[in-house]
Amino acid sequence: MPGGFEPVAVGRRLFLRYSGAFVAGSAFLVACKDEENPTTVMPAPTMVDLGTGDIGILNYAYALEQLEAAFYTQVMTTPYGGMSDAERTILTDIRDHEIIHREFFKAAIPAASRIADLTPNFSGVNFTDRSSVLNTAKTFEDLGVAAYNGAGNLIKDVNYLLLAGKIVSVEARHAAVIRDLLSPKSASFAGDDVVTPANGLDGALKPNQVLPAAQPFVTNPISGANLPTV
Amino acid sequence: MNILNIISQIEEVDAEAADKYSFYSRRNLLKFGQKALTAAAVPALFATTTNQAFAQAGPSQAAVDVLNFALTLEYLEDEYYRLALNTANLIPAADRIVFEQIGKHETAHVALLKGALGAAAVAKPTFKFGDSFSTYQKFLGLAQALEDTGVRAYKGQAGALINDKAILQAALQIHSVEARHAAQVRRMNGAKGWIGTAGNAPAAVYAGEEVTAQATVDLVALTKLSAAAVAEAFDEPLTKAQVLAIAGTYIA
Repeated sequence: MPGGFEPVAVGRRLFLRYSGAFVAGSAFLVACKDEENPTTVMPAPTMVDLGTGDIGILNYAYALEQLEAAFYTQVMTTPYGGMSDAERTILTDIRDHEIIHREFFKAAIPAASRIADLTPNFSGVNFTDRSSVLNTAKTFEDLGVAAYNGAGNLIKDVNYLLLAGKIVSVEARHAAVIRDLLSPKSASFAGDDVVTPANGLDGALKPNQVLPAAQPFVTNPISGANLPTV
Repeated sequence: MNILNIISQIEEVDAEAADKYSFYSRRNLLKFGQKALTAAAVPALFATTTNQAFAQAGPSQAAVDVLNFALTLEYLEDEYYRLALNTANLIPAADRIVFEQIGKHETAHVALLKGALGAAAVAKPTFKFGDSFSTYQKFLGLAQALEDTGVRAYKGQAGALINDKAILQAALQIHSVEARHAAQVRRMNGAKGWIGTAGNAPAAVYAGEEVTAQATVDLVALTKLSAAAVAEAFDEPLTKAQVLAIAGTYIA
């Protein structure tokens, strides 16, 4: 894997939940090998190090928000065929929320510590296809919720913790709405696949679990090696 | 204490039990509405693992207070959905699956918090819901208010848990479930899934949700997006006092 990621032990449940993302990433890597354009030489992407401490966690959130904002911007630039008015309103709202989150982190993180703009890679997404778009959105939103839930207790400053809390519940609202678009008026909005039925808890993943799932959607190799782990 | 350890132990116990005893099957454990299982089997399972975890290191008093505050809200929500689901001709058949799922989670939250608190758990208050079950619209209205209040309540307590890392994470994992519930209920109630600047009633539940600056950053000026979009993008906390003032309306 690029970027020197340590192999990450991924539980069976986690693996099953995010296997879609891994498969999409692998497909892209295979596709890349066949794609040769002699007139454009892509520079080797620079490793993005999220950094240390609370600022590292903010960069981690900023990276995820960049990814989500870019995704929904593309969704609304090239809407899939048959997008209903209700879906258009929802996806536009979510796009705007994610842009606001991205711009907030960009403004809040000191420039000297802030990661660069990431280059997304959505080659595994078929933006003309409703199912591809909404299932990718579901993956991003559920992953975002679990990422914030898992990052909360890595934060030292209560003000940053509160800010993360203000955002994660909005991501959870997004997740529920996207899930309801895919499976209307069912239990899916908080389905047993994402909220453990026995204890009613949503997912929580640490950065070393989230980053490998997000990496296929980003060209730049991202390192969370210096992030806090406790 | 490590509530995550508790949770993983519960899952192990649950899974093993499901293998060995049909009585303790995962499906039956989830049907907390069936009183015999609720009263006997589930707390016993939680208690075993909880005591082990408490023996390792106790939660701070701040955490105990937060957990009891949370438990009170979960009692309220749990009872609300149980009564509603048991009220004839209230929830349309096609919508029941949503409220059964929500009710299942609230019951699980009660059990989890009671298990974590053990003997320190507060007793369930007596609740009164007025005429909230007289029409489906009234039921939806209060369901929305309770869910959005729940989200704000957990958010407001996160800082108090910063030294109880495992409990903090579990609280966040409940917090996002409440947000999923809130989004779904809001949409069934004819609202957007997120909280903007218009139509936020009752006032006590939505006080302060309209803010458009975060950490001194004016996000409307920064992004040129609408105040509504900016307000929607961030959910705001409520203090414990604000939440108890709202919840108190429903405590007899």
